[in-house]
Amino acid sequence: MQEHILQIVYLIASITFIVGLKFLGNPATARRGNLIAAFGMGMAIFGTIFLFTTKEGNHLGNLGFIFVALIIGTIIGWMVAKKVKMTAMPEMVSLFNGMGGACAMLISVIEFQHLAHMGNSSLAPENITGHMLAIMLGLIIGSVSFAGSMVAWGKLSGNVKDKSFGKQQFINIGLLLVILVLGYMVVFGGSANAVTLFYFVLALSLLYGVLFVLPIGGADMPVVISLLNSFTGVAAACGGFLYDNKVMMVGGILVGSAGTLLTIVMCKAMNRSLINVLIGNFGGGSTNAAATSENFAGSVKEINASDAAILMRYAKKVIIVPGYGLAVAQAQHVVHDLELLLEAEGVEVKYAIHPVAGRMPGHMNVLLAESNVSYDKLVEMDEINPEFKSTDVVLVVGANDVVNPAAKSDPNSPIFGMPILEVEEATNVIVNKRSMKAGYAGIENELFYKPKTSMLFGDAKKALTQLVAEIKALG
Amino acid sequence: MLEFINQNIQLLYLVILMIFVGIELIGHVPSVLHTPLMSGANAIHGVVIIGSIIVMGQATELPALILGFFAVILGTLNVVGGFVVTDRMLEMFKKKK
Repeated sequence: MQEHILQIVYLIASITFIVGLKFLGNPATARRGNLIAAFGMGMAIFGTIFLFTTKEGNHLGNLGFIFVALIIGTIIGWMVAKKVKMTAMPEMVSLFNGMGGACAMLISVIEFQHLAHMGNSSLAPENITGHMLAIMLGLIIGSVSFAGSMVAWGKLSGNVKDKSFGKQQFINIGLLLVILVLGYMVVFGGSANAVTLFYFVLALSLLYGVLFVLPIGGADMPVVISLLNSFTGVAAACGGFLYDNKVMMVGGILVGSAGTLLTIVMCKAMNRSLINVLIGNFGGGSTNAAATSENFAGSVKEINASDAAILMRYAKKVIIVPGYGLAVAQAQHVVHDLELLLEAEGVEVKYAIHPVAGRMPGHMNVLLAESNVSYDKLVEMDEINPEFKSTDVVLVVGANDVVNPAAKSDPNSPIFGMPILEVEEATNVIVNKRSMKAGYAGIENELFYKPKTSMLFGDAKKALTQLVAEIKALG
Repeated sequence: MLEFINQNIQLLYLVILMIFVGIELIGHVPSVLHTPLMSGANAIHGVVIIGSIIVMGQATELPALILGFFAVILGTLNVVGGFVVTDRMLEMFKKKK
C-alpha cells in the first residue's frame, strides 16, 4: 500500500520537474517554476524516507542518521547559497553540480561493495549485469562530473590556472579508452580482481575529470559547466536504473537532455562548435593575432574623466556596454547611478547586452538587475545593433571581445564569425579598461585604435565613480 | 542483450521520451535565462539524493554507513544550494517599478 502511494508521489514529483523546467524558460514564470520543482523534490525526498519499502517489505532504517545528514546539508547549502555574491554565481552552480556528481559516485561505490560482499546469491545473473552496468556508468560519469566541476569551480574563482601540455588531447582520449575497457572488464568479465579494478576505474575517472577541464580556457567555463551539469543528470539517471526508481530517471534524463541542448545553444551564441570549445583552445592563435597589432592604423587616444563626463552629459543618447570587467569591479551599482544621473539630465540611456556578456549567458542581466536597473533597459544584441548609428556616445565598461570588429572583418581572427555589438557605428566610443591588455580570447582589438574611440583607463568602479562625480560637478 | 532490452523496455521508453521532453523544454529560451535555467536544472539532478537515502536506509556496515552519510549530505547540498541559488538569481528579474 505505502509503496503504491510512493509511486504516486514520484509521479507528481516528476510532473513538477517537467513543469518547473518549462516555467524556468520564461522570465514571467521562472521563479514560480523553480519553486514548483523544489516542492516536488521535497515531496520525493520525504516520500522516500517514510514510504519506501524494500523487496522484503522492510522500511528504511537509520532514519536518525539520514535526518542529521539532511539537516547538515540543508544548513550548509542554504548558508553558502544565500551568502555568495552575485558575481560568484557561476562557480556556485559548478560547486553544487560537483556535489551531485560526488553523491552519484558514492552511491555506486556503496552498491558495488554491497554486490561484492553478497556474492551472486540474491539476483539472477542477467539482473546482475544490468545492475553492474548502472553502477559502473554512475561511477564513471559521477566522478568525472565531480572532479571536472571542482576544477571548473577553481578556475572561475581564480584559484586554478589554465594548464595544457603537448599531446594532452591524445592522453585524454587514451585515458578514456582505458577507463571504458576496465569498466567493461568489471561488468562483463567476471574477473576475480573486480574489486581492485573497480577502484582503479574510480581513480582514473577522477583523473580524467581533472584533465578534461584543465586545458579549457576560463571563458569557455560556462559551456563546460553546462556540459558537466548534463553529465550529473545522466549519473542520477543511472541511479534510477539501479533502483528502478522512476523519479530519479525522469529528473536525471530530463536534465541530461535539456543540459546537452543548453550547452549547444550556448556554443551557438558564441558561434563556436562544442568540439571547438572542448579541443581547440584560443591560446594557439593569440601569438599570431598579437603580431598583427602593429598593422593597426592610428594610435590609442586617452580621455580623462571630466572630458568623458562632458561628452556624455551633453549627448542625446548613450548606450552602455557592460562586460566582465564591470562584474569583477562590482561596478553594477555605480553604473546604475550613472544611468539615473544621465536620465535626470534628459539623456536617453540603454544597456546593450551581448549574449555572452560576463561569464555566462544572462549573467550580466542578473548583475544589473541586482542593482535595480530596470529589466526593459537591457536590450539584446539583435535589437540594439541598428540603434548604434543614432547613438552619440557608447560607453564600453570592461568588455572587449564582444565589441571587436575583427569578428566581422578579419577571417584570420580566432573570433571571426562571432556576432558582436557594432559599437563602431556610434559617433563616439569611450572604452573603460584597466589596461591595453587583450581580452579573454587573447587577441588585440582594432576598435581601440580607431579615431572615434577614446580610452578611459582604470578600474571600472573607480573610473565610473569619478565619471559620476564629474557629471554632478557640471550641474 | 535482446532479453535485457525486453526486460527493461518500459524504462527505455521512459528514457527516450524524457530526452525529447528535455529538448522541447529548452527549445526557445531567451539567452538571458540560460544561467538560471542551468542552475535550475542543476538543482533538479539533485534528485540523485533519493538514491543516497535508499542506500543509507539499508546500510548495515560501518563503511557503507559513513559513505552513505556523506552521500546524503552531498545530495542535500546539491538540492538545497541549487534551488536557493536559482531563486536568488530569479529574484533579480522582478520588474522594478
